[in-house]
Amino acid sequence: MTWTPSAAGQKRIDEIIARYPSKMAACLPALRLAQEEIGHVSKEAIDWVSRRLELPRAHVQGVVSFYTLYHQKPVGKHVVQVCRTLSCALVGGERILDHCQKKLGIRPGETTPDGKITLETAECLASCGSGPVLTVDDEFVENLTIESIDALLDRLRSEP
Amino acid sequence: MAIWIDGRRHEADPERNILDVCLSRGLDLPYFCWHPALGSVGACRQCAVKVFKDDKDTRGRLAMACMTPAKDGTRLSIDDAEARELRRSVIEWLMLNHPHDCPVCDEGGECHLQDMTVMAGHLVRRTRFEKRTFRNQYLGPFVRHEMNRCIQCYRCVRFYADHAGGKDLGVFGAHDAVYFGRHADGVLESAFAGNLVEVCPTGVFTDRTLGRHYVRKWDLQTAPSVCVHCSLGCNTTPGERAGSLRRIRARYSGAVNGWFLCDRGRYGYEFVNSERRVRRPFVRGEAATSEVTPAALARAWSKGRVLGIGSPRASVESNYALAALVGPERFHQGTSAAQTALVATIIRILREGPARTPSLREVERCDAVLVLGEDVASTAPMLALALRQSVRRQPERAALELGIPGWQDGAVREVVGNRKGPLFIAASVANEARELDELATRTVRAAPEDVARLGFAVAHALDASAPEADGLFGRLPAQIAGALAGAERPLVVSGTGAGSEAVIQAAASVAWAAGAGRGRAAELVYVVPECNSLGAALIGGRSLAEAFAAMERGEVTGAIILENDLYRRAPEADVDAFLDRAGHVVVIDHLAHDTASRASTLLPAATFAESSGTFVNNEGRAQRFFQVFDPDSTDIRPSWRWIAALDGATDRWPNLDELQAALARELPIFGEIAAAGVPAEYRVRGARIPRALHRQSGRTAITANRELHEPRPPEDPDSPFAFSMEGAPRVPLARLAPEVWAPGWNSCQALNRFSAEIGGALLGGDPGVRLLEPIEGAPPAYFSPPRVDSLPEPPPDSLLVVALHHVFGSEELSALAPGVAELAPKPYVALGEEEALERGVSEREEVDLSIDGGPILTLPVRIRPGLPRGAVGLPAGPVRFVPAGSRARISKR
Amino acid sequence: MTEPVKIVTRNFGVDRAWEIDVYESRGGYEGAKKALSMEPAKVVEEMKAANLRGRGGAGFSAGVKWGFLPRDNPKPRYLVVNGDEGEPGTFKDRALMQNDPHLLVEGIISACWATGAHTAYVYIRGELKLAWQRVEGAIAQAKAKGYLGKRPFGVDFPVEIHTHRGGGAYICGEETALLNSLEGKRGEPRLKPPFPAVVGAFGCPTVVNNVETIMNVPWIVLFGGEAFHALGVKGDGGTRMYGLSGRVKRPGLHELPVGTKLSTLVLEIGGGPLGNELKGVIPGGSSTPVLLPHEIDIPFTVDSLKAAGSMMGTGCAIVLDETVCAVRAASNLARFYWHESCGQCTPCREGTGWVHNILANLEAGSGKVEEVAVLLSAAKSIMGNTICPFGDGAAMPIVAFAQKFHDEFLRHATLKKCPYGGRFAA
Repeated sequence: MTWTPSAAGQKRIDEIIARYPSKMAACLPALRLAQEEIGHVSKEAIDWVSRRLELPRAHVQGVVSFYTLYHQKPVGKHVVQVCRTLSCALVGGERILDHCQKKLGIRPGETTPDGKITLETAECLASCGSGPVLTVDDEFVENLTIESIDALLDRLRSEP
Repeated sequence: MAIWIDGRRHEADPERNILDVCLSRGLDLPYFCWHPALGSVGACRQCAVKVFKDDKDTRGRLAMACMTPAKDGTRLSIDDAEARELRRSVIEWLMLNHPHDCPVCDEGGECHLQDMTVMAGHLVRRTRFEKRTFRNQYLGPFVRHEMNRCIQCYRCVRFYADHAGGKDLGVFGAHDAVYFGRHADGVLESAFAGNLVEVCPTGVFTDRTLGRHYVRKWDLQTAPSVCVHCSLGCNTTPGERAGSLRRIRARYSGAVNGWFLCDRGRYGYEFVNSERRVRRPFVRGEAATSEVTPAALARAWSKGRVLGIGSPRASVESNYALAALVGPERFHQGTSAAQTALVATIIRILREGPARTPSLREVERCDAVLVLGEDVASTAPMLALALRQSVRRQPERAALELGIPGWQDGAVREVVGNRKGPLFIAASVANEARELDELATRTVRAAPEDVARLGFAVAHALDASAPEADGLFGRLPAQIAGALAGAERPLVVSGTGAGSEAVIQAAASVAWAAGAGRGRAAELVYVVPECNSLGAALIGGRSLAEAFAAMERGEVTGAIILENDLYRRAPEADVDAFLDRAGHVVVIDHLAHDTASRASTLLPAATFAESSGTFVNNEGRAQRFFQVFDPDSTDIRPSWRWIAALDGATDRWPNLDELQAALARELPIFGEIAAAGVPAEYRVRGARIPRALHRQSGRTAITANRELHEPRPPEDPDSPFAFSMEGAPRVPLARLAPEVWAPGWNSCQALNRFSAEIGGALLGGDPGVRLLEPIEGAPPAYFSPPRVDSLPEPPPDSLLVVALHHVFGSEELSALAPGVAELAPKPYVALGEEEALERGVSEREEVDLSIDGGPILTLPVRIRPGLPRGAVGLPAGPVRFVPAGSRARISKR
Repeated sequence: MTEPVKIVTRNFGVDRAWEIDVYESRGGYEGAKKALSMEPAKVVEEMKAANLRGRGGAGFSAGVKWGFLPRDNPKPRYLVVNGDEGEPGTFKDRALMQNDPHLLVEGIISACWATGAHTAYVYIRGELKLAWQRVEGAIAQAKAKGYLGKRPFGVDFPVEIHTHRGGGAYICGEETALLNSLEGKRGEPRLKPPFPAVVGAFGCPTVVNNVETIMNVPWIVLFGGEAFHALGVKGDGGTRMYGLSGRVKRPGLHELPVGTKLSTLVLEIGGGPLGNELKGVIPGGSSTPVLLPHEIDIPFTVDSLKAAGSMMGTGCAIVLDETVCAVRAASNLARFYWHESCGQCTPCREGTGWVHNILANLEAGSGKVEEVAVLLSAAKSIMGNTICPFGDGAAMPIVAFAQKFHDEFLRHATLKKCPYGGRFAA
């Protein structure tokens, strides 16, 4: 199965490629684009990036596996990343993560059976002054408390 | 220029780094990520030394030797306590996760990591955590993968991807879980994958073929040898135990193959162990004994009525012996008329023209290349690897200008980026491999005559006095001419692969014409078909067609066929007719094939591993291969010995040296052939050189598979090597060392001790002697381009037959190795997209094919983009005889 | 006392400060206009006079760095802005990009002019979506106004700015890893030399500067290098972003003159520790060695922190109070560095994992007394022996924790458990 992005995606990748003196430089943005459309970086996405940028598949796979933001497996509708690094940990981050695990019944790296939420841990998210912090699909939620996390997860799970 | 190492003065080359200098001065300094062919990346941190500012500086600073240039007056210490401690720490880190499976590891005994662990002095384990583990991958029939052993030195990807251009091996993941492998399980695509076995400092990549018939490395018998699987003559080290060949390793040659081998050369060796080996004489199909046969045969011979057919895969000596036996009038080269003519043209060009053939290593230094009609990646893979390096020459000058030394691999690659020096490929439509296309400034694909015309046009653009050719390619000839003229070291590559005399002539014209502007002709490489094509042709003799004609005319009544399956060289009907007419046919070969099955007498010949002799490679370099082991069957002997026996005069040439002396007297071109080897009387400290590196439990070990008693070891009258496990002394001529080894260096990295300058010539000189040198300043008489109207009108509806060469499967001997056979294509018929569409045939559909009205072959279709209309491709090898240039008809079934 | 000078946060709190009209109404783009009317060499001179020490962590003088660009290299030059903020405890660049992206654009235009670069890439950490959106928005608005493109402010000096989003790897904050990541490769640091000024992005001469560093450029152009220098201390000029996080009463960001005391920041501005007692301060991001309470009464500058055996780093401090287990804190950081090691060179790849294993074991109560010494030796041997500064950054904090809280480390082994209950408070 070959995969190609939407027309908008095609246009976008053309623009991105034009920004750099080498096609290879568009590797990270192209992977991001594919992930935005598919939800994760599938084998087909890697094939597409490798074709479009004329890169060996092993190179693209090497890039995907180096960085943490590319999901190599399918993920839930929402991805919740809880910061586990020191500044957050010092002000309750550990408890927040425990609570998320208990409430969702999954461990980091897993997805709820209903496919709604994937729970992950993240390293320092540059929001240390307002910890504990997590991101939901790239949006920051700061100064977390058990109550606010309950409300957040309930909202995500009750969404259609 | 000198540097100071631990207070001692050492001569040093400022172009090199400290690690390189230390190793070449015989000092022990451990390392992993550095490799002489790959340069420095400073990743493993193993080669730490203390560097001091001047003689007053007592504190110094730790530096990686591989990243530090050897500037005049540099003061450093290997022995410094802090440096030693860091080197010990690095091993300790690497051992955190390295499994302690040495006793069951295929690398054991020649493991660089083992050596470095001992050298760096890591003794006590201070950690007690679980080791990280990985899943291994299936990588094909040649290379086995065991990732848990990985120490993440990155040499595998640096060789495979950066050096050899492989696309399917990469580095995945991060931190201490970095993984080296393919993106998914599967056969490694690169034809150089086998080098990973030697490039890897430990047992991540090991030789799968060795693994199948594993023996400990120290139990192997070895001797210097030469690859038989193409015309480049790469140097090899075969290893044998108990009568079977176990593996081939690359043998370093500063003049030919450097550190590497292609997979055909590395893994083709299993033909020696093949079921198809002829191991005893047969008379009319019945097994005979070696004692009776030759004497009886000799009496039966009426010498004047026998013709001899030589072979481009047999040694110079065997070919010469046959020629001497039957007389030059009745000696035939054993190649088709077309091929005989092509090789003769090449020899004439190289002997009479001003263009010099560079060695493979010199090809790497060339900085502008035109490839004319030769599918080098398929017919001479290591030449393709050398060309891959040559495109770096021009762009890497920018790095030198920035003061970045050439060995600083990472930085040089950053500067070079995607830029490539000029490489123009005028590919024949028969080019199967496309891997060089990605490097090419421009690739064109055309029929051989058009490729030749392009060449002639380039020659004319370089030198107006060269004849004009029709301007088929627009501005391209001028562009190519400009690139060649502007280069420091231009190179033209061509060969017999396209089957075209005109292509060969065009290549010579370009190389000669390049001399017009610069006073010196461009260098010129021709690829020829087999390991001794040039050597056999230099002996002379007519073509196979003339042998057939002589038989048909009744001038002869019998034939001696040397190491040759005629069915691979001529149409079946012609060979059948020839053999039918011959009253007596003697075949001397190591393999049973259809020609052998028609022999009235079949004599078992020794392979390269069981005999000594000389091959002349495409460079014109005569190289000696030395017998590695004594075959189990006492009937097996070198072909030339059988020939001598046939003559009834076994003492005519009592040994190889005498045979060579006779050859040198008779054919002056071989005057220096003895210099390719050493006389059999050569001794090291009064003794022969044992074929085993280390002293074993007496010499019985060699024959332990046959008998428990200690028999007298066989004599070797042809070389100074002994069948002995007494252990090899240090051999002053590095080219005669059975295997590289030095105290503390059990892996192939011991090589650093075998040359005065790393990457340079072996101590005592690289092996081989060049027989062909150009004539300086000889005025070239340019060849004329082929005329368009000279081509005959093809018969309607017929297709031009082109031979497609495959890395795996096209070469006769290697195709018998199981791994090579697995990767070789099955017979097929290739059509271009247009032709297939027009004929309404689809991929894999079976069609009937008839060549020149011959018998019908039923083969599946392979659609092959790039093959033009009017042509049909057949894989040389899988289809045993492909009459390139013939006409074929195909029909749907 | 005069109103403290605000340079990079002057638009903080201003409604819609990221819109170009708001930005310009507050004097925006005047610095860039002025820069483009000056000789480029003069701008570099002002930068040198400013003694602006790089705000990314290494603290190298930005003006000197610009001066490293070779004059006679015919290749194009690039300006690469490092917005890959990820040093634990550090959260200033994200805030700067979100709040005042036009100041960044203006700084880039000025820096491009000074360095002769026509293309700038802003490498923004992949997780920072809003920051990226704001910078993209600012670029689009500036472009629409003609401040970017062929003739910024009517001067024949084309400037293009592109954003490049990271993929999630802390190591890409290291400038050469960032360049590899920009080029579409794995973010593995390169060996220096050659330095990026000679062989940088795409094999061309390149200047890599931190976001905050670049945002200071317009002010320096407008008011002069000397004036900037005068705001700080000798050899370390200007104001800078200071941050506070962890066990502190008032976490947050503050732009203060360089030279403000660390104790002032933690105890006065930050209101002191959350708990009863201050246990230590990690001064400038997690890579910088922890300081004990008696060590913090020093100016928070590059040189004085160095003298105190620690580092300025990013200027964002993590505060520890008496509830914090030093082993657990060290173990948390060790896990971070193990996870973020790129895996290229041996000491870091293997050493960070080993250090983390020992620490996690110790914290879990299964460590041995002699392993504290092994820990120290393992961490120390990483230092100074890696390709990039990551190895030092990973080892220094562990060594500092293990030395300064040595008894606490040993107690974990002798008690066979964490005396703090194996959890952080909160």
